[in-house]
Amino acid sequence: MNRINHLFQQKGKDILNIYYTAGFPQLNDTLTILENLQQSGADMVEIGIPFSDSLADGPVIQESNQQALKNGMSLHLLFHQLKDFRNVIHIPVILMGSLNPVLQFGMENFLIACKNTGVDGVILPDLPVSEYENNYRQIFESAGVHCIFLITPETSEERLQKIDDLSTGFIYAVSSSSTTGKEKDIQKQSAYFQRLGNEKLKNPVLVGFGIKDKNTFEAACQYTNGAVIGTAFIKALQAAGDIENNIHQFVNGII
Amino acid sequence: MPLEFKLNPSAQRKNTIDFLKAGLYKVSPLGYYGEFGGAFIPEMLYPNVEELAEKYLDIIQDDGFQKEFQSLLHDYVGRPTPLYPAKRLSEKYKAHIYLKREDLNHTGAHKINNTVGQILLAKRLGKTRIIAETGAGQHGVATATVCALMNLPCVVYMGEVDMQRQAPNVARMRMLGAEVRPAMSGSKTLKDATNEAIRDWINNPSDTHYIIGSVVGPYPYPDMVARFQSVISEEMRKQLIEKEGNELPDYVIACVGGGSNAAGSFYHFLNNDEVKLIAVEAAGEGVASGHTAATTVVGKIGIIHGSKTMLMQTEDGQIEEAYSISAGLDYPGVGPLHAHLFKTGRAQYLNATDEEALQAALELTRLEGIIPALESAHALAKLKDIAFKPDDVVVVCLSGRGDKDMETYIKRLEI
Ligand SMILES: Cc1ncc(COP(=O)(O)O)c(C=O)c1O
Repeated sequence: MNRINHLFQQKGKDILNIYYTAGFPQLNDTLTILENLQQSGADMVEIGIPFSDSLADGPVIQESNQQALKNGMSLHLLFHQLKDFRNVIHIPVILMGSLNPVLQFGMENFLIACKNTGVDGVILPDLPVSEYENNYRQIFESAGVHCIFLITPETSEERLQKIDDLSTGFIYAVSSSSTTGKEKDIQKQSAYFQRLGNEKLKNPVLVGFGIKDKNTFEAACQYTNGAVIGTAFIKALQAAGDIENNIHQFVNGII
Repeated sequence: MPLEFKLNPSAQRKNTIDFLKAGLYKVSPLGYYGEFGGAFIPEMLYPNVEELAEKYLDIIQDDGFQKEFQSLLHDYVGRPTPLYPAKRLSEKYKAHIYLKREDLNHTGAHKINNTVGQILLAKRLGKTRIIAETGAGQHGVATATVCALMNLPCVVYMGEVDMQRQAPNVARMRMLGAEVRPAMSGSKTLKDATNEAIRDWINNPSDTHYIIGSVVGPYPYPDMVARFQSVISEEMRKQLIEKEGNELPDYVIACVGGGSNAAGSFYHFLNNDEVKLIAVEAAGEGVASGHTAATTVVGKIGIIHGSKTMLMQTEDGQIEEAYSISAGLDYPGVGPLHAHLFKTGRAQYLNATDEEALQAALELTRLEGIIPALESAHALAKLKDIAFKPDDVVVVCLSGRGDKDMETYIKRLEI
């Protein structure tokens, strides 16, 4: 069974999913960070594929992308770094990034590489649902890699149902329309999480964008299956001191 | 591959209202021109873009909209712009050369045709805040202008580098009441300003309309902007009948940044295969120099700003920085319609270097007493490279005037 489905079956609640950018802060930190996240108790990890022009990201993640590219990160190199990661990592791992680098790599090659290295799912925020359905669904399914879609409070009921039908891993709910790393009103977010909790979707829901600490994490978990933390974790990686320590401290502060 | 788009049988119409209604160039329901186009946007933008896609045709085909649009184009922008027979230029290049004087529009470029259309559309969508990106500052000025006219708050994103290169336009925008926000990411030029505008829109989805400045971005922008700019070729046809007794020229030549003045100049000739369409990209310091904006030469298919099109990128799919002396042409992509016209061969894509553009600008100034924008000078620069027959009728789109480029001209031409 795909590790994502397995995780939601084993532990349906309080799932902590952490995002970080591949090749940041140092080119070869990708695996070190992954191992430390697993050790410290993160349930799932999203590794960002750096892109020069990511539209959905705020300044913190944008800068981590620029730094990673400066360090020499590329999708080819990422798969090389991930070649043997399944020898040590058992938690689900997702790749997240903009569509263009993936298209240049070749969607089919990309999914085969995901399958061969042991990547469980992919989030491509600028891949439209309709494009997925018409052009890519089959190759995702035959590779056994989940395509994870975003929803927002403005996503219509009809579209939400369609996304739920197409989804196989989980649904990624953005708590209000924004780029990553925006300060958000927790009260307003909670109302949306509650609404989602009442939707009776067939897929689990993780909340992302604006989750940054214990408080916001718990607010998200109250009505959904868990949450994704990105910007706040990238900031922790940049903080002074030992990077491994910083990772453990950060995760321990959440769960 | 033949052009997918067919001339609407009812297209023999006489004015913009009817042309817009006829919808000459049908883009597919998902917004494709051949294999190019679409709307590759994050879910956060979906409601906005879907609303636009669903409503834009109904809105711009509405009689009330058209009446307001036409009267503003006439009374405020100063249309129709002249089709000027350039006598001395014609003597030099031995053909009948006409200049479509978009430089005489209010604010000094073709950009305002689009911003007038989009601001009227934004009002009908009930939007109360306007954002835009700008490269040379011409689109920013044109947007700030219509926002002043309609009393709407306006934020213009402009690359930090471009703010220095085009300082007079920054001042104009501010005087018009717009807030100019520097785009500090990436190459700090047009592509980064566009990223910032899109990010602003993601964060302000309900009250804000994004007035994009060229035939780029997610569907329906490329089609919508082309329709608003199509007034250029609509007027050309009428003016050519008066001047040459034939509405079809032999050549139409226009520069391409994102491609809006070229799309507007080509629009009503696309189905007349006998009209040769020439698009001129900025070669910068040369197409092989690594400092260029000639997308169709060095680019590959990919996704930029929500559109599948030709763009300049690395092997790894990172978007590359474009370079041109002209801030309006250094965009690392072209609109999807252009990618399609390039691929199908319906239009021919040439390029001009910085130096060729500078010389062409000086030449036009000395032969005709018109100081062109550096962007437009790229189109003029190709007159010397085309083997015209003496009877050939050639229309060059003079997309803008050179006031904003005086500093560059003074420095580079040692005036
Ligand atoms: C005078 C002028 N011409 C041309 C352009 C290029 O844009 P487009 O290719 O969309 O016409 C610009 C852009 O700023 C401009 O100011």
